[in-house]
Amino acid sequence: MKQGTKQTTRQQPKKPVKHKKPKSMAFKNGVTGYLYILPFAIGFLAFLLVPLMQSLRMAFCSVGFDGGMTFKFVGVDNFKWAFTVDPNFVQNMIGELLQMAYTVPSIIIFSFFIAVVLNQDFKGRGLIRAIFFLPVILSSGVLVGIETNNQLMADLKDVIAESSNLTSITDVVKSMFLAEGESLGPINYVFDAVDRVYDIAISSGIQIIIFLSGLQTISPSMFEAAKIEGATAWETFWKITFPMISSLILVNVIYSIIDFFVRSDNEVMDQIKQVMVIDIKYGRSSAMAWTYFAVIAVIISVVSLIISKKVYYYD
Amino acid sequence: MIKTIKLPFNRKKKVKHVKNQSFSSFWERNKLSNNYLLKRRIGTGVFKFCRGIMLFGLAFLILQPILSKLSVSFMLERDLYDATIINIPRNWTTDNYEMASRLMNYRHGLINTLWISLVVALVQLASTTLVGYGFARYNFPGKKIWFAAVILSIVIPPQTLLTALYLNFKYFDIFGIIKAIKGQPINMLGSIWPYLMISAGCMGLKNGLYVFMLRQYFRNVPKELEEAAYVDGCGKFKTFLVIMLPDARPMLTSIFLFAYVWQWTDTFYASFFLDRFGLLSNAVGGLGDKLNSYIQQITNRVQIPSIGYTQCIISTGTLMVIAPLIIIYLIAQKGFVESIAQAGIKM
Repeated sequence: MKQGTKQTTRQQPKKPVKHKKPKSMAFKNGVTGYLYILPFAIGFLAFLLVPLMQSLRMAFCSVGFDGGMTFKFVGVDNFKWAFTVDPNFVQNMIGELLQMAYTVPSIIIFSFFIAVVLNQDFKGRGLIRAIFFLPVILSSGVLVGIETNNQLMADLKDVIAESSNLTSITDVVKSMFLAEGESLGPINYVFDAVDRVYDIAISSGIQIIIFLSGLQTISPSMFEAAKIEGATAWETFWKITFPMISSLILVNVIYSIIDFFVRSDNEVMDQIKQVMVIDIKYGRSSAMAWTYFAVIAVIISVVSLIISKKVYYYD
Repeated sequence: MIKTIKLPFNRKKKVKHVKNQSFSSFWERNKLSNNYLLKRRIGTGVFKFCRGIMLFGLAFLILQPILSKLSVSFMLERDLYDATIINIPRNWTTDNYEMASRLMNYRHGLINTLWISLVVALVQLASTTLVGYGFARYNFPGKKIWFAAVILSIVIPPQTLLTALYLNFKYFDIFGIIKAIKGQPINMLGSIWPYLMISAGCMGLKNGLYVFMLRQYFRNVPKELEEAAYVDGCGKFKTFLVIMLPDARPMLTSIFLFAYVWQWTDTFYASFFLDRFGLLSNAVGGLGDKLNSYIQQITNRVQIPSIGYTQCIISTGTLMVIAPLIIIYLIAQKGFVESIAQAGIKM
């Protein structure tokens, strides 16, 4: 602030007229900062906050169409309808939540593992990296829908399932090791993860990139020092690599959760869209969307609270 | 370093010689180290072998759908049901490509998709770069709240907002100004402007993520660079344009590619705002239904094409949609992968 005053007084010397108090550096920076984020500010207000409030209003109204939109306040009827009348909504949501709890950890572990491997030096690393990042392109938008709606593959799977009880290699392994009917929680989880390795691989492109970029920022001198002190690779991994990357685990967990909830073949999303487009019940679909959004927000905040306590910050 | 240079020449040579002689054979060295060397070499060998197998398997897993689509797309219909044909078609044909391209109106769709994705990606890149830079470098009151807004824009599923957005653009008006001039709000749907406006406001597809990534990137650039520019009398915006942007080129390229590719495959915004343009992503989504109606039109009967044939056409269409993307990816791959990996996203 002092500096600013000095400069301006030097520039316009010997003017006895009272001049305005010059703006401080912090103020100028603040204005410039606002100018930079202006596009976002306008966009956020116009295309996110306003529609969000409108859809919140719709959630508590019954929306009709007679010569334009008409809103009739109905209180929590729409929410009541979603929870008590609609047969699928609650079920779909619980199903999605369970699947999320199932999928996200496997995605995180898989992408972390792959990132560590891709960070090592070996022949053809560039090619392998290129292949692993391909899902970033392939698992987006319309392509996911096409893969999951593949009628032919579904039929084939049914035929195979009919002709033999064992549809995959993991079933065979399972039947070899475990007695009939016996089930061990963690082992089952691993088997399921192996069964869905394609889904996991295809949806962890971005996560691998984020982890890899984090791994690149760890300075090699740390590993060197550890090696000189006689640390094994295992110790180095848990004492250096893991803590250094832990902040990115938080980012990735949140990204995976969001990605899972907003992906195009999500059943709840489908239902919301259907209620809106086919049944033309804007109020009900908004109520559903808001419920869904509230659940996501709660899950994300709880998860990030838990993880951020364990995260180690180096700076 | 200096010491070795100062050593007499013959003595240095002698040392080297002795070293070579005593450790010449692997087995000898192994013996000296109590089999440690052998164990270690076997260990790394096994590790490398397993890693190779695993990477090969996973890479194959990722590529397999594309490869199988490729093989199916060249098959005649009867090849699809022939159990003796595996992967390599017996009757090569390009009919599937002709059929898919006719049904999708491929040339028209391709040209439109090319330029629309380009324009949208450029607009998104420009605005998200500005915003990311602002968040990384300037302190202003309410910065934390605005950044929370960025996170919010990532978290909120766009489906929640779509109804309201759609209606807003159908009856577009800014504080009643347009109504005052023209007498009625204008319908902006059916043109590219609504989506461009959304993109310019950083609210397009995954734009919050781009802002976040760019902010992390700019935060890691040393501040001294800009300070030097300020001291030399460079203005704030000029510093940004002349000093920061050229340095950030790899990161900007990656963001541009993300925006371009995701815009290319997006159906969500495309089906609401850009339906009129016949974009490829929408075309391939409706390919199955189009094939049904086309077959019925030709045969004049209610006849549904076999599932196998429908899937074959859809696979071909999918390939045709992603082919340009894969070409772009192959060209830009090296810079893309390396720049992303080295951008160093830190929290």
